[in-house]
Amino acid sequence: MTEVFVVAAGANKLTYEMLTLARSLGEPSAVVLGAPGTAASIKDSLAEYGAAKVYAAEHADLDAYLVAPKAEALAALISEKSPAAVLLPSSQEGKEIAGRVAVALDNGLLTDVSALEADGTATQAVFAGATVVKSKVTKGIPLVTVKANSLTPQAAPAAAELVEVPVAVSDAAKLVSITDQVVEPKGDRPDLAEANIVVSGGRGVGSAEQFSVIEEFADLLGAAVGASRAATDSGFYPHKFQVGQTGTTVSPQLYLAAGISGAIQHRAGMQTSKTIVAVNKDDGAPIFDIADFGVVGDLFKVLPQAGDEIRKSRQ
Amino acid sequence: MKIVVLVKQVPDSSLDRTLRSDDFTVDRESASNVINEIDENAIEAALALVEEHGGDVTLLTVGPDHATESIRKALSMGPDAAIHVVDDAIAGSCAVTTSKVLAAALANREYDLVLCGAESTDGGVQVMAQMLGARLGVAALSGARKITVDGANVTVERQTDDGFQTLAAATPAIVSVWDSANTPRYPSLKGIMAAKRKPVETLSLSDLGLSADEVGASAATSAVVSAEPRPPRAAGQRVTDEGEGGVALAQFLASEKFV
Ligand SMILES: Cc1cc2nc3c(=O)[nH]c(=O)nc-3n(C[C@H](O)[C@H](O)[C@H](O)COP(=O)(O)OP(=O)(O)OC[C@H]3O[C@@H](n4cnc5c(N)ncnc54)[C@H](O)[C@@H]3O)c2cc1C
Ligand SMILES: Nc1ncnc2c1ncn2[C@@H]1O[C@H](COP(=O)(O)O)[C@@H](O)[C@H]1O
Repeated sequence: MTEVFVVAAGANKLTYEMLTLARSLGEPSAVVLGAPGTAASIKDSLAEYGAAKVYAAEHADLDAYLVAPKAEALAALISEKSPAAVLLPSSQEGKEIAGRVAVALDNGLLTDVSALEADGTATQAVFAGATVVKSKVTKGIPLVTVKANSLTPQAAPAAAELVEVPVAVSDAAKLVSITDQVVEPKGDRPDLAEANIVVSGGRGVGSAEQFSVIEEFADLLGAAVGASRAATDSGFYPHKFQVGQTGTTVSPQLYLAAGISGAIQHRAGMQTSKTIVAVNKDDGAPIFDIADFGVVGDLFKVLPQAGDEIRKSRQ
Repeated sequence: MKIVVLVKQVPDSSLDRTLRSDDFTVDRESASNVINEIDENAIEAALALVEEHGGDVTLLTVGPDHATESIRKALSMGPDAAIHVVDDAIAGSCAVTTSKVLAAALANREYDLVLCGAESTDGGVQVMAQMLGARLGVAALSGARKITVDGANVTVERQTDDGFQTLAAATPAIVSVWDSANTPRYPSLKGIMAAKRKPVETLSLSDLGLSADEVGASAATSAVVSAEPRPPRAAGQRVTDEGEGGVALAQFLASEKFV
């Protein structure tokens, strides 16, 4: 069977989604690009989701310099093994590795892909999600980055035979050093991109202190907290929680937008949510056009009242 | 310090945008075209660096004739000059071939920094900085929310999903910026007047030593084969809060089994 590369994003849902997708195209081989020991630590999870092989392309320099060494290692492995397709995570890093590989191999590249057929036809949303296109790589093999939450991962245990890949990092790939890595505390709430429920606040929340209204409601539902760009730009909430075109794309079961008007760039990041609820005091706000349930009202009255009601029902 | 800023003209992302019905490329002729918004953050970053360290800022655009409007508008923010690569043969290029043209335009120039946006709003792939870095053999520091230059060293805070990374490299370097990096300045009246007289150099493919068959639709490495508008989401139920809005919301969440 033809080999399909899946560049693992770690032992996480997106990796399992990519392995599941790869199985419909051929036989998945996971490629692990990282410091020595990375592949061994996630091998069992890769096996569970169908990796027949796990290429361990490992070298300390892969994590010490920005993307170029990983791209170089991946391009070399692609040239050697000629896989039928290569899937990477549609994260910033995944896209950048893919971009450098595309240049190195003079190969086409498709990013933010949500589905891929056996003939290489990829589905992408463009223009802030308003248009759905089918595209194809016309030069080289399908080299695509896969958007998170595109499909439901399915386990299908396989051998995950570990194959060590020798990695030589050229000087040209060592131009940008990563000198520090800071993980900002994200608290106990679920991860924004993967949460089942997201409660977001916008400019209408008014201030950083008042964002506690959003947080409290989110905690009541076990939800992640999101924000519009107006809210992050105004300093109400940290930038990494921004939902939208230039922030995180979410696709939860429930998305609740409070004090958010629903600009096209915001909708780009949340309009594929299963159920959308909006609370806004302006009955003309465009968010209501896509909401399954809307309350025209003051969020500072509506959310606390709904919160009380939910607490009461749980007693 | 010499800085080149890559500026792309795109269809206004706050209006309806379409693909052409014949070849499914972005319809740029009937659209209302503007400067890719994040490129204004790149211009702002360049102007701030030059204000701090001295030097000059040159814009570089690859795009059709009508991109000159966006170039003049970008110049009114304060950059000194612009280069406009325009050639009918470039139409229909994919990101990979566009990077070939931009790389050729940068190849023989002197610069300390090339700044660009982290993503374009018209189906941008977010990887221009890295593709150019790979083509030119120059350091590419992508996804900056903060840029610091100290002599021949450039340091960047790269925004990540869970925080940031600090990146360091020697100049010359390419840096892509996010909209979190700064707030772009508005052009002053003086800036708008001055922009009319600033030099804009126009270059064709042959000026860059590229031939028509290396770029454009025929050399594109990927293509859109069909396009459809996303089925619109139907608006659902709406209640107006007259004292019981929160109760109605709680009931809806309960009926959908979210609580
Ligand atoms: C290139 C580009 C990229 C962008 N990327 C993003 C992105 O990734 N994410 C994003 O969100 N935006 C993005 N934007 C910005 C976007 O265009 C909007 O400006 C932004 O989404 C508006 O945020 P908002 O809805 O919170 O603010 P506003 O549009 O100001 O809306 C605030 C809303 O709150 C309501 N309100 C006020 N007080 C109350 C109250 N007490 N109770 C209830 N409702 C109240 C008001 O009626 C109003 O509808 C981008 C823009 C561009 C050009
Ligand atoms: N045709 C172009 N002309 C000038 N700059 C461009 C062009 N295409 C892309 N860029 C730059 O590359 C950045 C990222 O674009 P993209 O890779 O399309 O998302 C943009 O913000 C611009 O700064």
